[in-house]
Amino acid sequence: MSGVDFDPRSDHPLGTRRPDLLFTPGGVPLADITLGALRAGDLDATDMRATPETLGRQAEVARAAGREPLAAGLERASELARVPAETMLEIYTALRPHRSTRAQLEAWAQRLEDEFEAPATAAFVREAAAVYAERALVKEDDRAEI
Amino acid sequence: MPRSERFVHREQRELRREALVSPAPDLGLVAMAGPHDPEPELRIEDGRVVSIDGVAEADWDVLDHFIARHGIDLEAAAETAALDDREIAHRLVSVDVPRADLVRLARGLTPARLARVAALLDPVEMSFALKKLRARRRPANQAHVTNLKESPALLAADAAEAAARGFAEVETTVGVSRYAPLNAIAILVGSQTGRPGVMTQCAIEERRSLQLAMLGLTTYAETLSVYGTEPVFVDGDDTPWSKAFLAAAYASRGIKVRFTSGGGSEALMGHAQKRSMLYLEARCLAAVRAAGSQGVQNGSISCVALVLAVPGGTREILAENLLAAWLDLEVASGNDAIASHSGIRRTGKLMGQFLPGTDFITSGYSVMPRHDNMFGGGNYDADDLDEWCTLQRDWQVDAGIEPLTEEEAVRVRGRAAAAVQAVFAAFGFPEITRDEVEAATYGYDSSDVPDRDRAADVAAADRVLEESIGGVDVARALAEAGFDEVAEAVLGMQRQRVAADYLQTSAIIRPDGAVESAVSDPNAYVGPGTGHRLEGERWERLQALPHEVDPYEWQAEIAADSGAAVVHEGSEAARGEAPEEVVIAVGPAFGTDIHATINGLPHHQVLTALLAGVREAGGEPRLVKIRHASDVAFIGHAGARLSGSGVAIGLQSKGTALIHRADLQPLDNLELFGMAPLYTLESYRAMGRNAAGYALGQRVGPVPTRLDNFARAKLIVRTTLLHARETDAVVAGAQPVEIELSGEAASPAAPGAAGPDPSLIDEVFRGATGTDGVDIRSEEPARP
Repeated sequence: MSGVDFDPRSDHPLGTRRPDLLFTPGGVPLADITLGALRAGDLDATDMRATPETLGRQAEVARAAGREPLAAGLERASELARVPAETMLEIYTALRPHRSTRAQLEAWAQRLEDEFEAPATAAFVREAAAVYAERALVKEDDRAEI
Repeated sequence: MPRSERFVHREQRELRREALVSPAPDLGLVAMAGPHDPEPELRIEDGRVVSIDGVAEADWDVLDHFIARHGIDLEAAAETAALDDREIAHRLVSVDVPRADLVRLARGLTPARLARVAALLDPVEMSFALKKLRARRRPANQAHVTNLKESPALLAADAAEAAARGFAEVETTVGVSRYAPLNAIAILVGSQTGRPGVMTQCAIEERRSLQLAMLGLTTYAETLSVYGTEPVFVDGDDTPWSKAFLAAAYASRGIKVRFTSGGGSEALMGHAQKRSMLYLEARCLAAVRAAGSQGVQNGSISCVALVLAVPGGTREILAENLLAAWLDLEVASGNDAIASHSGIRRTGKLMGQFLPGTDFITSGYSVMPRHDNMFGGGNYDADDLDEWCTLQRDWQVDAGIEPLTEEEAVRVRGRAAAAVQAVFAAFGFPEITRDEVEAATYGYDSSDVPDRDRAADVAAADRVLEESIGGVDVARALAEAGFDEVAEAVLGMQRQRVAADYLQTSAIIRPDGAVESAVSDPNAYVGPGTGHRLEGERWERLQALPHEVDPYEWQAEIAADSGAAVVHEGSEAARGEAPEEVVIAVGPAFGTDIHATINGLPHHQVLTALLAGVREAGGEPRLVKIRHASDVAFIGHAGARLSGSGVAIGLQSKGTALIHRADLQPLDNLELFGMAPLYTLESYRAMGRNAAGYALGQRVGPVPTRLDNFARAKLIVRTTLLHARETDAVVAGAQPVEIELSGEAASPAAPGAAGPDPSLIDEVFRGATGTDGVDIRSEEPARP
């Protein structure tokens, strides 16, 4: 089986059923992650992870199995796979209680959309911003303007 | 009032170290169905949720908002609105309603309704529903691996043993957080040495945890805690949105994520808002599912002792696990933190998860002694492994731990410790000495392991992050040091990160690298004969404990007992006439096929002692062998009917004896000696004296014997085999024969000379006719 036709109802686990679809972000095919390649110095620790496409397919698998929230989470993961780790951790911190003003959260949402093509995550951050404003979970000095 | 000694003794039991409290709903100290729990309610207007469990949108807290937006399926809500609670509860336990239908219904239920329906079930119904609802076909288990010295060799060895015992996940943590990279490396190398495919995590602060995961040193995280009230959630410095974001962040780097929640945490943190533990947990679980987590570690977890302090605590915890499974989440069902001082109570609680099977029966079985467990865990630990495996064997239930021989445990421990030693050497980390490897391989706990230069280790740990030393580098170091199979397994975990299949619900990895998840291997239980049953090879494997004995071998040993005959058989025995005669009637195998009692007393000496005893008390002994029966009652009764006095001693080859009289019913007797494992030669001599006393019509006090009610548990298999041998020697319809002792003329043996422990005879007296005599006579007890 090869090509990109992907059936989320039957192609999981991809590792055994659709290895042809699996690459590292650096383009190394799954089948090339071998001891030989390792000894030759062809593998890089930070490249050993799923691509946004792979995570997107895992989201499809979850959705096909009837797990909508898990699928939505994996779609956010697929988007975040393009976001540098430090940035990702900054956004996480910004989402913790009393860390950000509503405007700061909106700025993150904007950046997620513009810079990282992450609309689902951006919407999620905006949704949080609205609820935080209602529940007084925004940064102290921001509460007055609600 | 004077104290009752019974009460005083009970107060000293382990159980009484912990406090039990009456329900206090205002403090959140109520297990389920609390008086202040809200009435279930769900209002939907124009396609959106506008009120949940009596709270309208304007008054929602952060959890309500989150659950309303992400945790309620409107179609399912319409379906459940038409059903009453009892109907839903009935479906949970109906074998004809498949899992898929139930998880669809759960998506339409509010937290209050989830809790209310669960509360309609009794514990057995909950267990059954949990069995139906578990996501993955096969249950598994998770191990804790830590030690007080953070010894890398010991961490690797323990992780290897955990993996070899079949644990699907291994979790470590740190005492000093900067150590984390080294601990992560140690359990990665160790686990992959024990069995490829075991997933690992290092429980630390999220940023560091994510760093280790990104380097490919860990593959899962379950540190994402959620709480059932807003104040506690916020005190935990998170919101449902921040946690859901973090979960996606982990998944974006190919890390499996499991949330953590559990009853009692809100009460402990002072903001239970008067709600019951189960209702608050239902809120947590609704939020966990809404956040896009594939699973949860729940069932009270670290607050378990608080839940067990209130009435119905164990049931509440089972209900928590049930709700999680019903919400289609992977369940790692607690049983990690110490639930009670009482082993009985801990195990009573465990059965709720153990028997139905959850995705991970414990969310951390301490594979090392519990004092080395840095999670505050150790509800079950290294010393309990045989018990766990025996419980699986007893119930024929797969609870995720495999028996392991000492040889194999030592082999994988040694190999893992040597592998991490090689990795440390390759990176120029502080040396792991040969003594450390040795101690990690053979030692009991961290006190057996040499101390390390911890400052130097911390510096090395910092280098892991500074130089981005990752899973690939660890694999390379292993390959270069000749640990090819471990290198391949570590590399296999890197491939798993690329494929990300283990992000699906309930995923674990088989040794061949295939992912087993709720998608690829769903639990399809629909009644007897379906779903995961412990059968075939797996059952063979789980039942074959290393210390299991092959009874055929024992039987062969008994059959191989080929000593010279102790007695010579003569002519058919006739009825005696002398009024002082006492017949000593032995079983058909006595002295010919079997030569010693279960207590190891040679038959020759036993007979010598009996003869001496009878003579000492003025009786005249006569030896006969009964050939038509192996039961001690019939042996004795047949002897009594031959005896001039009507009194006889019946003696089985294994040493069980009684004193009988011809006019009694066969199953009655004068004195029964059913504790053969405890008898010495002096015991038999005393039996002889008593028998003569009965024959001569004297007043006789019973022979002093000792009672050991554990003897049976210890020796019942040997008893069975010896009795089988005796029964094999039975010749149907054969008449009793006269016998005489071979060798020297019967001379009294020195009292107790060959007896293993004369002190076993003490002042404990049995009744002349033991009330349980009939039971005891053929299912003999024990040797100390």
